[in-house]
Amino acid sequence: MSPSDVALLRDPGTPRATLDRPADYLHAEHTLRSWFLTTDHKRIALLYLASITGFFILGAIAAGLIRLALIVPNGQIFSNDTYNKIFTMHGVIMVWFFLIPSIPATFGNFLIPLMIGARDLAFPRLNLLSWYLFMAGALFTMLDLIIGGVDTGWTFYAPFSTTYSNSYVIPALIGVIIVGFSSILTGLNFIVTIHKMRAPGMGWFRMPIFVWTLYATSLIFLLGTPVITMALILLIMERAFHIGVFDPKLGGDPILFEHLFWFYSHPAVYIMVLPGMGVITELVAAFSQKSVFGYRFVAYASIGLASITFLVWGHHMFVNGQSQLASTVFSFLSFAVAVPSAVKVYNWTATIHKGSIRLDTPMLYAMGYIGLFVLGGLTGLFLATLAVDAHLHDTYFVVAHFHYIMVGGTMLAFLGGLHYWWPKFTGRLYPEAWGRVGAFLIFVGFNVTFFPQFILGYLGMPRRYHEYPPEFQILNIMSSAGSTILALGYFFPMSYLVWSLWFGKRAPNNPWNAKGLEWTTTSPPPAHNFDRTPIVDFEPYDYAIKAREVG
Amino acid sequence: MNPQAPSPSDYPLLFWPFSASQTGTHVDYLILAFTAVTLLLTVPIFLAITWFALIYRANRKADRTHTSNRNVKIELSWMLIPFALTLAFFAWGAQIFDGEKHPPANAMEIQAIGRQWMWKFEHPGGQAEINDLHVPVGQPVLITMISQDVIHSLYLPAFRVQMETLPDRYTQLWFTADRIGTYRLYCSEYCGTDHSVMDGTITIMQPADFAKWLSQAGSNQSLAAAGRRLFVANGCSGCHGAASTPRAPSLVGLFGSTVPLASGSTLIADETYIRNKILHPDQNQIAGYQQIMPSFANLIQEDELIQLIAYIKSDEPAATQDLSQ
Repeated sequence: MSPSDVALLRDPGTPRATLDRPADYLHAEHTLRSWFLTTDHKRIALLYLASITGFFILGAIAAGLIRLALIVPNGQIFSNDTYNKIFTMHGVIMVWFFLIPSIPATFGNFLIPLMIGARDLAFPRLNLLSWYLFMAGALFTMLDLIIGGVDTGWTFYAPFSTTYSNSYVIPALIGVIIVGFSSILTGLNFIVTIHKMRAPGMGWFRMPIFVWTLYATSLIFLLGTPVITMALILLIMERAFHIGVFDPKLGGDPILFEHLFWFYSHPAVYIMVLPGMGVITELVAAFSQKSVFGYRFVAYASIGLASITFLVWGHHMFVNGQSQLASTVFSFLSFAVAVPSAVKVYNWTATIHKGSIRLDTPMLYAMGYIGLFVLGGLTGLFLATLAVDAHLHDTYFVVAHFHYIMVGGTMLAFLGGLHYWWPKFTGRLYPEAWGRVGAFLIFVGFNVTFFPQFILGYLGMPRRYHEYPPEFQILNIMSSAGSTILALGYFFPMSYLVWSLWFGKRAPNNPWNAKGLEWTTTSPPPAHNFDRTPIVDFEPYDYAIKAREVG
Repeated sequence: MNPQAPSPSDYPLLFWPFSASQTGTHVDYLILAFTAVTLLLTVPIFLAITWFALIYRANRKADRTHTSNRNVKIELSWMLIPFALTLAFFAWGAQIFDGEKHPPANAMEIQAIGRQWMWKFEHPGGQAEINDLHVPVGQPVLITMISQDVIHSLYLPAFRVQMETLPDRYTQLWFTADRIGTYRLYCSEYCGTDHSVMDGTITIMQPADFAKWLSQAGSNQSLAAAGRRLFVANGCSGCHGAASTPRAPSLVGLFGSTVPLASGSTLIADETYIRNKILHPDQNQIAGYQQIMPSFANLIQEDELIQLIAYIKSDEPAATQDLSQ
C-alpha cells in the first residue's frame, strides 16, 4: 500500500455516524488532510503501516534478486558492483525502514494508549513529526537508490565507506541519520506516555507485557540511537571533508567505527526482538485463555534484556583485533543475555500448559515464532562461543542466524500481531482459512530458505559473496527455491488483508474473547478511544482459567 | 605441488567441511556437543508445546486445574540450569580460542598483505605468492598480516580460523596443518567490488615436497636480506647502526623487548610498534632520547616495511656498520 491508499481504508459501505454509535476513528473525518495532518495515534499507526509495507516490498524484491543471483556460482546474472548494491539496499531498507519501525511504530502507536486506557500518546504532534522524519529519511534513501545506489553493506565499515567506495554513500547515511531522530522521538513519546498517561488503577504490574516490552524498546531508542547518529555523522565528516577519524591514512582508527556501530547496532537487535516478544506474549495468553505464567519475571526479563544488550557489542569483534581479555568478557556477557530470553520461552510454554487453546492464524504464527526464535537464539550462543566464532564469523551461518531472529522472530510476530489486532484496526475480520494457509507457507518457505544457510556457513561460505565455489551450488539452489515459497506465503496476507477491508466480515468488539483494555472499546475504536476513562480494578490477563479452578 | 594432493572441488562438501588441523577438529567436537545439549534443552519445549496444543484444545475436555500462575523456584531453575550448562561451552570455546591466540615459538612465519582484491604471501626466504599459499604439514605456521587499503579478513575454513586484516596494524593467526591437501582461503570481511573473488587456495605439503617447492619458487634474497639493503638505503644505519652515536637507540635485541617511554610507561616492541616508529617516530617518545628522527610515511611501501621489520627481528643490525661505509 502506498500512503495515498491509506485513505482508502475508509469503508465505502459503512453508514454515516448514527446517533446510537459515534463514528470510529476511520470515519471521523474523510479528507486527505485529516490523514496527513492527523494527530490521532491510530491514524499515524496506519500511516506507518502503509509506509513500512511499501519498504518491506522493496526490501523483499532486493532479497529476491540476491537469491536469483546466487543460483549460479559464477556471478553471471549481475555485475559484482550491482550485486553489492542490491544486498546493501536489502539490508538498509529491511533494518531501518522495516524492522526497526515495524512493531513499535505501528502496533506500539496504535495499542499503547488503548492498552493503558489513554486518549492518545503524550505528545500527539511530536508523534506526527516522527512519521514525517521517517518519511524524509526514507526519501533520501530512495533518492540514493535512484541516482545509483550504495555498495558499503548496511554496516558502513570504514575506511571502505569513507575513502574507497565509489558509490553514493552520503545520501544513504543522511537517510539513516534522519530515521534515527524519528526513533528517538518515538521512544521519548512512549516512555512519557507509559509513565504519565496510565488510566486510574493501571499500576506498572497491571500493564500488558506488550507495553513492558515497548517501554524497554523505547529505552534503547533513547540511549542507543544517538550513538549511531554521531558515528554516521563522523563518517560523513571523513568522507566529505577528509577529517581523519576512522581511516588510518588520515590518522584515524577503523576499529573505533566498529565499536561505535555495534554499540548501537547490537541493542538495535533488541529493538527488533523485544516488541516481537511482547506481541507473542499477548497472543499466547489470548489463544490459551490463560494468564501469562510468571508475569513479573517476563516483565523484568524485558528490562533485563534491554540493559544487558548494551554490554555485549564486542561479540561482533572477536576476530577484529580486539584484545583477548575483552573478547572473553564479551563472550561471557553474551551467554548471560540468553538467560532472560530463555525465561520468555519457558514461560510461554508454561502459559500454554493447561490452557484452552485455539489454533487460529495468530496462534500459528506465535508457535512458529517460538520454534524459529529458539533456533535463532541458540545459534546466537554458538556464535558467542569464541572458538566457534573464529570459524563462523562473517559466514552464511551468521546470515542464517540473524534471519531466524529477524524474519523467523520479528516478522512472524509482526504478522501474528497484525492478524490478531486487524479486527481492532479496521473493524473487519480476515478470512481464517486463507490465514492459516499463508502462515503455513511462510513457515515452510522460511525454513527451506534459511536452514541450508546454516550448513553453507559451517562449510565456510563467506557472506556477501556474489561468486562462490561450485561445491556450494546445491545448497544455494535449495535456499533460492525456498525463497519462492516464502514470497508466495507473503503474498497471501497481503492479498486477503487488503481484500478484507472491503469484503471482510464485520468484526465484533472482542472477536478473540481476549482480555486487555483495547478489547473493551469498539472495533474500530472511536477517535477518542474510550467513551469513558476506564477504571482498572482487575489484574492483567484476567482470563477465565485461573489457578486452583477447573477450567 | 604434490600431485597426490586433492583439490577442493574433489571433496563432496555437502554437510561437513574437512578439518585439516587439530584445532579445527576440536572446534567440530565443541559444536557437535553444543548442538546435542541445545537439542536436549529445546526438544522437550517443542514437544511440550505440540502436546499441550493437542490435549488442551479449546473444545476438548481436559483437566485444567493448576495451582499457581507463578513459581519462583521453577522459574529460577529454568533460568539458571541451562545457563550453567551453556557456560561449560563458553569455557571450552574460550580455552580453544586461547590456544589460537598463542602461537608456538617455533612457528614458521609467513607475511601476508591484503589489498583490493588480492592476497600476497611472503615466505621468510623471500618467495612471494599471490592468492595461493604453500606450507608444510605438521609445522606450526604463523601468518602476520596487514592491509594496504580497507579492512579484509583472512579466512581458512579448513583450520576453523579467521582474522581481520587491518590497515595500519599487524594482526596474526596461526595453525598447524595435520593433513596434506589443497583447501580454500577467502577474504571474509566485505571489501568492495570484487570481494567475492578475493579468494585462493592453501596447499599443505609434505616437508620434503615443500622444501623442493621453496627452492623452485624463485627468490633473490630473504626478507631479512632485503630489509638490510633498505636499512642502509634509507639511511637507518646511519643512526641505528652498530657504530651509532648516542642520538639513537640500538635496535639489537629490540624485537620483543620492553621499551621505556618518556611518559613513564612501557611498551612491548612488536611488529606494529616497529612499523609505527618508522612511520610516526613522534609517537611514543622513548625515554632518554630526543625526537629527531624524520617520518618515513609515504616513503616506504608496505612490503618494504615487512622486509625492514624482518631484518630488525633478525638481530643483525649490529653487523651493518661495514655496509654503511
